[in-house]
Amino acid sequence: MSYFVDENGYYGEFGGAYIPEMLYPNVEELRQKYVTIMQEASFQKEFKSLLKEYVGRPTPLYFAKRLSEKYNTKIYLKREDLCHTGAHKVNNTIGQILMAKRLGKTRIIAETGAGQHGVATATVCALMGLECIVYMGEIDIARQAPNVARMKMLGAKVVPALSGSRTLKDATNEAIRDWINNPVDTHYIIGSVVGPHPYPDMVARFQSVISEEIKTQLLEKENTENPDYVIACVGGGSNAAGAFYHYLDEESVQLIAVEAAGLGVDSGESAATSVLGKEGIIHGSRTLLMQTKDGQITEPYSISAGLDYPGVGPLHAHLCKSKRAEFISITDDEAMQAGLELCKLEGIIPAIESSHALAVFNMKKFKEDDVVVLNLSGRGDKDLDTYIKYFRL
Amino acid sequence: MNRINQKLQSTKKLLSIYFTAGYPKLNNTVSIIQDLEKSGVDFIEIGLPFSDPLADGPTIQESSTIALKNGMTTEILFEQLKNIRKTVSIPLVIMGYFNPMMQYGVEAFCKKCAEIGIDGLIIPDLPVKEYNENYKAIFDKYNLINVFLITPQTSGERIRFIDEISNGFIYMVSSASVTGTQNTFGNTQNEYFERIGAMNLKSPQIIGFGISNAETFQQATKYAKGAIIGSAFIKHLNENGTNKIAEFVKSIRK
Repeated sequence: MSYFVDENGYYGEFGGAYIPEMLYPNVEELRQKYVTIMQEASFQKEFKSLLKEYVGRPTPLYFAKRLSEKYNTKIYLKREDLCHTGAHKVNNTIGQILMAKRLGKTRIIAETGAGQHGVATATVCALMGLECIVYMGEIDIARQAPNVARMKMLGAKVVPALSGSRTLKDATNEAIRDWINNPVDTHYIIGSVVGPHPYPDMVARFQSVISEEIKTQLLEKENTENPDYVIACVGGGSNAAGAFYHYLDEESVQLIAVEAAGLGVDSGESAATSVLGKEGIIHGSRTLLMQTKDGQITEPYSISAGLDYPGVGPLHAHLCKSKRAEFISITDDEAMQAGLELCKLEGIIPAIESSHALAVFNMKKFKEDDVVVLNLSGRGDKDLDTYIKYFRL
Repeated sequence: MNRINQKLQSTKKLLSIYFTAGYPKLNNTVSIIQDLEKSGVDFIEIGLPFSDPLADGPTIQESSTIALKNGMTTEILFEQLKNIRKTVSIPLVIMGYFNPMMQYGVEAFCKKCAEIGIDGLIIPDLPVKEYNENYKAIFDKYNLINVFLITPQTSGERIRFIDEISNGFIYMVSSASVTGTQNTFGNTQNEYFERIGAMNLKSPQIIGFGISNAETFQQATKYAKGAIIGSAFIKHLNENGTNKIAEFVKSIRK
């Protein structure tokens, strides 16, 4: 079985490009050119140089000694939290801004939920001197004020999405509508492995630097490229796609995808798409999504703003259905406790998204000699407000 | 022959009206259709509301949100329409996004449409290729016309291909925009309308997006077989309720 995208843009039965005709020329241009452009020597040189000098890659693969002792296994943390702007998101925006320049685009649009992808996009637009418009749900703008301020300082225009439920899915709709209205000069930088083909594949390729580095680093530390497990949290699924990418065909490496259960999978306040979702179409992709019986897309819930997307990328839908990856749901409470535990044991304040992945150690027993790599996708500075309220700090 | 093809043979310029089913009130569907026919509209697009209408501007988004709040579902729409052919004879097209149809079951959806007497479907987010490979056989089985869109950015080669596989009309999107944004047509539109006109396509073209009054209707139908009005009619319903539908239609076709 293949876990990579096929020539029609599908992962098994998931993926494709379910887009209105108005978007066809843009998406088709990207589809025809993205692989060629990414493989150009000059592109690779510029991309790698920026990842090194600007983002600060390679990020460390850190052996978490005290965490390992506590769970009696060997735990390595891939420190994406140390990337410039605080999360893995920038790997993709660097790649896509270089892509946009080569496509001759001068205007950049993006969607954002918590604001991390918006900040990462505003950052690279400032770096390249390109106009940047970020769509953000009106409700998210109110609850993520520091990231809104960051984007503004970086020169981006933040436009509130006033439609529907006024959160991430609606911000994505608004960005797509903007692209319909501005088909010639604009590139849409999608922030996750979602959307119409070729976005899921392109974003996964840009994020695949994560597992590429893990392989080299693990060889140095453990004398093998392959761990027994790779664990990553999944909202849309970009950090997981990057951490899994070079292990997809290595069947000895077990992949664990961690979703947000919110208040509990059966509570009605959840974002566990693999459990609650049904096959359908969201944002141009055929995948698993949370919806009513009648096919209306529903609003998910998680304490983590980065995980409350009603769908999941088509790669992950395929990994779930084919059972290549194990999907685990973690509640708000379990994640918050795991996040606090990492602070106390390792002196690292994780993003609440990454805290969901950390909570797996309380759910699943690993063997003493298992090598477990956990992708620590982001840092917790942006979540201080939530941590303060939750723990009454 | 499908009612749409019959209508396309008429010598006059065609006026089509779009409305969102379940708006302004859940049970307005049948009376709006009847009033539109009585007012001389040539065919009607019944909008099946969706939570995430990507190709629509604020007016139709808002009407969809309200329709869903009113409780509209695919099931209810079919129930409302089950006797529609006893009173209405003009072509009826359902316009909606693909996900609700998928959840109903594409074959079950098409079968129901055929039973009711729906003549065609417009599904903006079902791409031509997917339709051709996976769904065309079902549409053909139930004698349903699938309407494809073209835009000012669509290449000549692709327009030829879409023309080839169309069995009704081509929906010409007037400009690079979501619904309800344009108020007037300038040189860009006229050039585009002329360019398509000069291609001598086998399928008649109906222009939509940005048609809001007598002037834009006339301009569009100078080049095309007909025009579709959506957002402007929804605005009219919003301001006047369902009592003055005839006046709206009269104002377009002076």
